[in-house]
Amino acid sequence: MAQNATVDRTRIARQFIEAIPHSRALGMKLTEVGEGKAEITMPYDSRLIGDPDTGVIHGGAVSALMDTCSGAAVMAHPAAPIATATLDLRIDYMRAAKPGDQLTTRAECYHVTRTVAFVRATAFDADFDRPVATATGAFTIQRAGQ
Amino acid sequence: MKRPEPVQIVKQRRDAALQKLVSRVPYIQFLGIQIDRRGDELTGVLPYDDMLIGNPALPALHGGVTAAFLEVTAIMELSWSTMWEDMEAGHVSDDETPIVLPKTIDFTVDYLRSGLPRDAYARARVNRSGRRYASVHVEAWQDNRTRLFAQATGHFLMPQPNE
Repeated sequence: MAQNATVDRTRIARQFIEAIPHSRALGMKLTEVGEGKAEITMPYDSRLIGDPDTGVIHGGAVSALMDTCSGAAVMAHPAAPIATATLDLRIDYMRAAKPGDQLTTRAECYHVTRTVAFVRATAFDADFDRPVATATGAFTIQRAGQ
Repeated sequence: MKRPEPVQIVKQRRDAALQKLVSRVPYIQFLGIQIDRRGDELTGVLPYDDMLIGNPALPALHGGVTAAFLEVTAIMELSWSTMWEDMEAGHVSDDETPIVLPKTIDFTVDYLRSGLPRDAYARARVNRSGRRYASVHVEAWQDNRTRLFAQATGHFLMPQPNE
């Protein structure tokens, strides 16, 4: 039963993410979802290059990935919000992502109040020991019946 | 006294320098961002496209698109303002001059209202530009210039001439 609930939640979350036009355009895939947690990948794509001399992906595309993954973590929170929107998102860039590598973001919604969700997220390339970027954000939450 | 340069020469030089800055970045083309110029003032323009949607139910622009649009506009303004003097002296038009873009250190976006499914505009202001670091503020709006839908502040690492 619990197992089925997990499978169901993952399937619903995946459909939810993959129905977002911009997330689709960037090739995002939801790879994991847990209570208040989400993991999303984005393949390397030459159309997303921000620095033509090195082939490094533009920070903006990393922002889009961080924002989507953070929103997914909010939606996956046991408080079961029916909708969410970003209030603010701060991204710190540790280093350039390696050209050619897929990016993976893990986000955790670590606290919710009645109206606000707090999230942190980390992005990696193929080297999971050295983050590419970290993010912290506040999101609105809308609960059923509100 | 030296006569002022003909207006066509001035415009051509500035437009060519701006074009050189913008056309090199594939991601700017991917999002469809254009940069308008009036004198030294730049305005980022994001024409609406279905692919930019993040919430199909409302619908609303993707928060990541908004962040990217603000970051692109901030980087373009910062590069443009640092290259302005060289460009006016005529040192930018030759193809040998490499353009090295500033690197984002951090970027904080404040979402003020949801992005409507229509064109968006952004303007950035360089609040501090040192030899190594710069701080840039950028604002975005849609229908009304005074009703911002997002704003952001970012810190950037300036390209070093001998690195």
